[in-house]
Amino acid sequence: MERLLAIIFIYILVDNFVLQRFLGICPFIGVSRKMETAIGMSMAVIFVMTMATLVTWILNTFVLVPYELEYLQIVTFILVIASLVQLVETALRKISPTLYQGLGIFLPLITTNCAIMGVALLAVREEFTFVEAVVFGIAASIGFSLALVIMAGIRERLEMAKIPEALQGSAITLITAGILSLAFLGFSGMLTL
Amino acid sequence: MSDKSVYVQDLTRGIVRENPVFKLLLGLCPVLGVTAFFINGVGMGIAATAVLVASNVVISSLKKFIPPQVRIPCFIVVIATFVTVIDMVLEAFQPALHEALGIFVPLIVVNCVILGRAEAFAGKQPVIRSLIDGIGVGIGFTLALGILAFVREVAGHGTLMGPDPESAVYLFGPGFEPMGLFAQPPGAFIALGLLLGIFNVIFKKLNIK
Repeated sequence: MERLLAIIFIYILVDNFVLQRFLGICPFIGVSRKMETAIGMSMAVIFVMTMATLVTWILNTFVLVPYELEYLQIVTFILVIASLVQLVETALRKISPTLYQGLGIFLPLITTNCAIMGVALLAVREEFTFVEAVVFGIAASIGFSLALVIMAGIRERLEMAKIPEALQGSAITLITAGILSLAFLGFSGMLTL
Repeated sequence: MSDKSVYVQDLTRGIVRENPVFKLLLGLCPVLGVTAFFINGVGMGIAATAVLVASNVVISSLKKFIPPQVRIPCFIVVIATFVTVIDMVLEAFQPALHEALGIFVPLIVVNCVILGRAEAFAGKQPVIRSLIDGIGVGIGFTLALGILAFVREVAGHGTLMGPDPESAVYLFGPGFEPMGLFAQPPGAFIALGLLLGIFNVIFKKLNIK
């Protein structure tokens, strides 16, 4: 139990996926312009990332490792993630059209979100047990959402600010992300597994 | 337009006009993640270039056999195959680099630069042009990684060609106090943001849109 709580704390704050590990930067920069889209993307990521960790962990432990097929990890994982995203998209369209309207456009983007693939690979590399892996998936995705939502809040205010001409656009976004990352650096070393 | 000038354009487009990092902001995860040292940055760039060139050629030569509805999964499988190859090659011949790049080697598979080129270029164009395009974009990507890694290593560690102490060149003598910030994660964001600002000014002066 203590270890699970430690995993949650570490991957939300100490080792934040976006700000300390540089995973999922593309959506972090791409969809953080508006709070609404940031929240939509966060929901989609939390859902898919948790599912992806769960499925890839099972596949890795019960298929790839027993048959010594670890060299197929990259191909298997990316295919699992791609088909999972497709499955979620189809299921959502049938079950909840309103939710689909909200999340629909983000789902295809998630396939190439390196945070998802990163979570699947890290869960294997850190040799987590099943429960730990699932908790890890949830914590990492909450960490991602936290960074994304904070960033969206800052960027909405940045629209009003007067920015030097050269730094307009993505440059100021990256510098803002740097300062945000600096704030999160305050958590570093607070807890280790 | 003659054949030659088309090829030259394919090659140079990815380096400046459509530089994947400084112009399009694609594939930023490895750009920020592995650039604490120059060698790692360039190594990552070369590994990604190898995958990009190989996948561009294969996808371009297979484009007649890939049904358009399932093209993305097909592209991903081709890319994932080459990433696995590169992962094994690095592990066998450059274990130190493989260790330093860590999870970012398998993550080449989700690098949007590579899938983007497959979708936007190699899936439609002839093999030779896709090959040249792959080389051009690869050079642009490696160049961007190299510049950022150079800035971060010089400012953050005061060395060049680190982290191996045998090959590291200390630039400023023993009394130098490096700016540790640039070696840490926040420094990556800030250095890239400042570089983007500088390149914005340069591109504007040279009138490159």
